[in-house]
Order: sequence, then structure tokens, then C-alpha cells
Amino acid sequence: MKQDNILTVEHLEMQFGGIKALNDVNFEIKRGSISALIGPNGAGKTTVFNCLTGFYKATGGAITLFANGKQTRVGKVLGEPFQSSDYVNPAAFASRLRYKMFGGSHLVNRSGLARTFQNIRLFKEMSVVENLLVAQHMQVNRNLLAGIFNTPGYRKAESRALERAFYWLEVMDLVDHANKLAGSMSYGQQRRLEIARSMCTNPELICLDEPAAGLNPAETHALSSMIRVLQKEHNATVLLIEHDMGMVMDISEHIVVLDHGEVIARGGPDDIKSNPKVIAAYLGAEDDEEVTL
Amino acid sequence: MDIVLQQLVNGLTLGSVYGLIAVGYTMVYGIIGMINFAHGDVYMVSAYITAIVLALLSFFGIHSFPVVILFTLLLTIIITGVYGWTIERVAYRPLRNSTRLAPLISAIGMSLILQNYVQIAQGARSQGVPTLLDGTLRMHIGDGYVQLTYMKVFILVAAFSGMGILTYIIQKTTLGRMCRATQQDRKMASILGINTDRIISYVFVIGAAMAALAGVLITLDYGSFDFFVGFVIGVKAFTAAVLGGIGSLPGAMLGGVILGLAESLFSGLVNTDYKDVFAFGLLVTILIFRPSGLLGKPAVEKV
Repeated sequence: MKQDNILTVEHLEMQFGGIKALNDVNFEIKRGSISALIGPNGAGKTTVFNCLTGFYKATGGAITLFANGKQTRVGKVLGEPFQSSDYVNPAAFASRLRYKMFGGSHLVNRSGLARTFQNIRLFKEMSVVENLLVAQHMQVNRNLLAGIFNTPGYRKAESRALERAFYWLEVMDLVDHANKLAGSMSYGQQRRLEIARSMCTNPELICLDEPAAGLNPAETHALSSMIRVLQKEHNATVLLIEHDMGMVMDISEHIVVLDHGEVIARGGPDDIKSNPKVIAAYLGAEDDEEVTL
Repeated sequence: MDIVLQQLVNGLTLGSVYGLIAVGYTMVYGIIGMINFAHGDVYMVSAYITAIVLALLSFFGIHSFPVVILFTLLLTIIITGVYGWTIERVAYRPLRNSTRLAPLISAIGMSLILQNYVQIAQGARSQGVPTLLDGTLRMHIGDGYVQLTYMKVFILVAAFSGMGILTYIIQKTTLGRMCRATQQDRKMASILGINTDRIISYVFVIGAAMAALAGVLITLDYGSFDFFVGFVIGVKAFTAAVLGGIGSLPGAMLGGVILGLAESLFSGLVNTDYKDVFAFGLLVTILIFRPSGLLGKPAVEKV
């Protein structure tokens, strides 16, 4: 199965009480591309991410991920309510029951999607290397007895994980800080570590939530080239939320614009720049928001 | 002089057992932020399981001490671990996303259920087990002497090796790493693909296993127990966990040892009746100067 799109979002809806944060959001992400999700503050960008990664359970619509050689419906692995048709179809009933009992957002990650957060969420009291090792828990030997007796197999898996961790530290230019506590590093380094940690879970699609927030222009530039490395050398598809329009227009091939929980425009950077709806949304949204599209 | 030494030794054995139970409180608090009030009763259940296993072994004619102790420890830890797992699955997990107080009330309910279930199943009278290990180490100092039964020596060795193994698991193994990650940020751990529900189950099993170790040791030493023993020792162990800084693993062990030492030194040198007053007075004093406990970190509101 070789799908062109790695992710399709259809009629996504998210309701918090009486407030509709997302209303009929549709878009798809091409495999191997760099795409951006932009929009004024409060447009629902992070809510979309939260629905994608299973942080929230979407109240309507379907999110389908085509990664790791299979098709995953995000709503399904989070566990959804039984439907009347399940009671005549034992197989569907069993799978529904299984996901209800053992499902959760960890399965979304295991099917090939990783993300970072707007406010950095590192394990601050662990060392930098440990942060990366935790992320590789699917690839190491998790047998407790093997760990206690430190068997050769365990040591081998562990040293492979260490190698991979140091590989990513090198890519993200953090090797010198390997043994520091994650919380003691500077802001920019923490951001890069978060990306490295997500990449350690071997995702096919990585979602970055405002990776350039709080970085200076030089750091932003370095980040752009790192994101390109992820795409080119690791076949990762990148989806990012970003307010730095310079960076967005520079690196992304496809842009989805969100406003008030709805998609108002989709297309390449040039289309978006000249789209009157997008300009109106940005100018009408915030007085202090600088817009140079 | 010999009294002080004797009480130090007694306090260390008592404290190491407090520490073992305190570990269960502190790990559960660390990972899901609730006080597991049923933990003391898990300890009580393990005392009964110890007696049942001992009776079975003697029924099958097994009397050699190493074999008996090995089987008792193994079976008690496994069965108590199953209790820990079940309690979490039945009483706490369904309430995971409700208010913070809900699991607390559910824990108190679980504690009552366990007490009454054991009372009905095993009877309300206190039960006993025979002494397995006779003999005493005695060291003369001047006119007096310090003595230590072999059983107490065994308690010290077993309790401290238990803590050592646990520390190793948490610090060095993959499972421990996942536990620490889940403790620091559960949502993030799950986004990285860690099955956090399973990790929480493991933590409950580990806590119950440590309580079971304590249960076997104390039961073999004291010889008698009833369905209510879990309460007092549970409160003591909880105190130890708070003293050391709840949420901190080395803190729980340290808190246990300090509490045990304080209790036995006070009862040996001053007055037995007021030993609990002294122990809790110590807790209050320490909390005044270090509100988060000896090794605890000040609580920072997560954003």
C-alpha cells in the first residue's frame, strides 16, 4: 500500500462544551513534504495538533494516518463507544473492546506520528541522553529481568539506543550537553532536544508546534535547515505550526490556513501570500500582529 | 551505652521495614498524585498470605529454612502484587480523569473492603505463625550487651537488599526510565508512545511487592497479626514517606529509617508510651522547616 498522502483529515470537529473550536476541518498532507498550518491566534491550530496526536479525542470527523505500512484511524485507537452494528459483528466488537481497554494516545505515536509542544515538555530532571533513550523504549529490551541481570542482549540493545541518541544529538548540535540535566539547558537547546527526542521514536510524520517561537533569527535559520535535514535524509514528513512567516514561506511546500476553526485557504506559499481571505483574517485578527505576507 | 546501641539496632530494623512500605506510598504519589490509603491493608493481606504459604509448606513437609523463606517470599510477593494490580485496575483507573479527591475516597473504601474481606474470610481473632529462625547474636560491651536475633539480621539484610534492587530498577533499567518519565510528565510520555496505564500498573505492583516483603519479614519476626495491623503500620509508613519528601524514592527509605530510629531511641531512653508522640512531633518539626520533606522538591505548579 503506497498512499500519496500520509495523513488525511476529514470533517474534523472539536467541541468544548458549547464552544466549537474546530468546525469541519479538511486537509491532507503529502508524504515526504514540509507543510505548515498557520492562522491568527486562537484559530485552532494547536487544537488540530492535539486531535491528531490523540491528546484530545475529536468529537467528530476522521483522522487517518498512513504510516509504518498500515492505515491507522486515530479515533479508533483511542477507543470509541460501541455501535449497534458491533453487537452482530464479533470481530468489530472485539477490536472496539480491545482499544477501549488498551488503547490510548501511545498507539498514535507507535503508528508513526510524533510531535513537539509549544511550551517545551522535556523530562527536565533527566539527563539529555536519558530523554532520548526514553523515546526509544519501543526499540530496546524492556524485559525487567534482563535489565536487572544486565544480560548481553540487554546491553547490546542499550548501546544501540545510545548510538542512535548520540546520532541525533549530533544532528541537533547538542553533543556537548549530553550529560547535562535537560532542564538546565538554554531555551533554544531545549527546543532542539525536543525535536531530537521526537525523532528518536522513528516517526514518519512529525508535527512541530511553533518550533521557532522564542528563537533569534540566526537560530531560526539553523532550525530551518535542520527541518530540511529531517525531510531529506530521514524521509520524515514535517507538519509545523509557525508564526514566523518568513520561515513558513521559506521552507513549506504546502500551507493550510485556519481561522475560527475553519480552513480558509490551502495551497502553495505563493497562492497563500496573495489570497485575499488570508490577508483579511490576519489584518482583522490582531492589531499588534505584524503581517508581511 | 549498651542501651543506646541496642535501640539503634532495633530502630534500624524497624525503620527499614517502614521504609519498604513507605516506598509504595511515595511511588504511587509520585506517579498519579494520590495517597493510596489501601496500601497499609495490602501489607496486612500479605501477612495473611505469608501465614497461608507457611502452613501449606509445612503441610507438604518442607521445613528447611532457606527453602521455606524463598518460597514464602516469592509466593507472597507475587500474590500481593496481583492484589496491587487489581486494586489499581478496579478502584483507581476508572477515576483517573475525575477530580483529585475521587480516587482518595475510593482508596479509603478499598481499605475498608480489604479489612472486612479478610475479617470474614480469616476470622477476627489474631493469628500466629511459628518462629522459623532461632538464635541470637550477642555482643558484650562493658557490663551490658547488645543482642540481635538472627531474624532481625535477616530483616536488615532482606530489607536493604530490597531497597537496593528497587533503586537499581528505577535508576538503571528501561522500565525504571519509563517510570521516571511517566512520573515527570504523564501526557508527554504517552505522546512518546509509552503505555502510561501499564506503567502505572507496574508501579502499583512494585509498591505491593515491597509491602509484601515487609509483610513477610514482620510476620516472621512478631509471629502474630490480625486484620487491623495494616492501619497503624500504614500510618507510620505514610508518615515516613512525608518525612522523607513524598514522591522521592530515597526520601521514603531515609524517612523510614529516621522514623524507626526516633521511635526506638525515644522508647528506650525516655518513655515507651510517648514514642508515637515523639515520632509525630519530629514530623511536625521537620515539616515546619522543610515543608516538602527532607529530600522532596518544593511543589511547582505545572503549566
